[in-house]
Amino acid sequence: MRNISCYDIVRNIKEMCIESTHYLSDDMEQALNKAINDEKSELGRQILNSLQENLDIARKDMIPICQDTGMAVIFVEIGQEVHIIDGNIEDSLNEGVRKGYEEGFLRKSVVEDPIYRKNTNDNTPAIIHYSIVAGEQLKLTLAPKGFGSENMSRVFMLKPSDGIDGVKRSIIETVELAGPNACPPLVIGVGIGGDFEKCALMAKHALTREAGINSEIPYVKDLEIELLGRINQLGIGPGGLGGTVTALAVNIETYPTHIAGLPLAINICCHVNRHTSRCL
Amino acid sequence: MYKNIKAPISDEEIKALKIGDYVYITGKIYTARDAAHERMFESMNNRDNPPFKLNHNIIYYMGPSPARKGNIIGSAGPTTSSRMDKYTPLLLENGLKGMIGKGKRSKNVIDAIIKNKAIYFAAVGGAGALLSQAIKKAAVIAYDDLGTEAIRELEVEKFPAIVVVDCEGNNLYEDVIKDYRTY
Repeated sequence: MRNISCYDIVRNIKEMCIESTHYLSDDMEQALNKAINDEKSELGRQILNSLQENLDIARKDMIPICQDTGMAVIFVEIGQEVHIIDGNIEDSLNEGVRKGYEEGFLRKSVVEDPIYRKNTNDNTPAIIHYSIVAGEQLKLTLAPKGFGSENMSRVFMLKPSDGIDGVKRSIIETVELAGPNACPPLVIGVGIGGDFEKCALMAKHALTREAGINSEIPYVKDLEIELLGRINQLGIGPGGLGGTVTALAVNIETYPTHIAGLPLAINICCHVNRHTSRCL
Repeated sequence: MYKNIKAPISDEEIKALKIGDYVYITGKIYTARDAAHERMFESMNNRDNPPFKLNHNIIYYMGPSPARKGNIIGSAGPTTSSRMDKYTPLLLENGLKGMIGKGKRSKNVIDAIIKNKAIYFAAVGGAGALLSQAIKKAAVIAYDDLGTEAIRELEVEKFPAIVVVDCEGNNLYEDVIKDYRTY
């Protein structure tokens, strides 16, 4: 049994909010550098160079990489041996977001009701996904999600007979429809299987995987590589202004599903794919 | 090769611009996104004036992050323009001439751009820190309660953008993709 204090949760989440919105993770920066080399369009390369320059200004001057500092999405993996003390974990996660978004000069982009839309003025509540795992650690993964890309995401309840071709078709169609709106180059998170909400959760979780790391399941790895190639043939390009780099990565997660279903979720993310993890 | 253009923008400047032209915008532009557009739309449908003069002005679809002490504005990149499509034809009919944002526009908006000889620019999505450097002054002029979504008057100097829909309705998003599509 290991005690973990809510004070530590608040402090870490606060720091992660500020860190993730000002510094892109190494894997994403490397992916962007690779894109500059791969991009065949001159305008495309110019746009990618601007994005690189933007990252430099963001970290040097402490200005958020993108003004949409997102809705805070937090994955919490709690070890079975962990005992949370000094407060309520949900309140602490939200307090960390509140402090991070205030002290980090981050944008307050959350409204309290989807229809009546009054800003909560502190970017809470966060969207929190808990899972209980073995061990005595608490792992926090923060992925602030901007909505330009979120709005282009989709869920399909495919038929088993649609098969892998149906999956490929739906993913490519979703990227085509997103076009310039989701700020290409994109990172595509995909969830296949599970049920209606499980596939969507997997798609979001897939976005937190390091860019450049493929699935451990051989056919899924092949699918990720094939889809990345085909998406980059669509011609959408950086900023949607034409080019050969439309996506930086396709990350797929799978799960067992019902005999009558083939749920598929595609969570689109832009090149400002923010994710940071800490183990307490 | 960047063309220098002024804001408010003149009819002559609009006529001379073609899709794919790079521009540096200098002058005063106005920020408004979803919530502000909804309010302006309602005002105008009730025959009230919008909170700023639309004539020859440019709207920038943007909601900034807060400015650090001593800074003029926080991160200030474009938001997705299509969410404002519902409101745009009315604004264009009432004198608005330019819009800066990112992403596709609907046919209704493109038709209104042609009819009213207006223009649509894209700024680089996700380059909020870089773009904030072109903003020299920022002041909330309406709807203060909307926070980041308030209407702000910005004084910009060499704000970089690219013409994506010109006054004849040519659309860069549709054109360029054909050059690079191999699937």
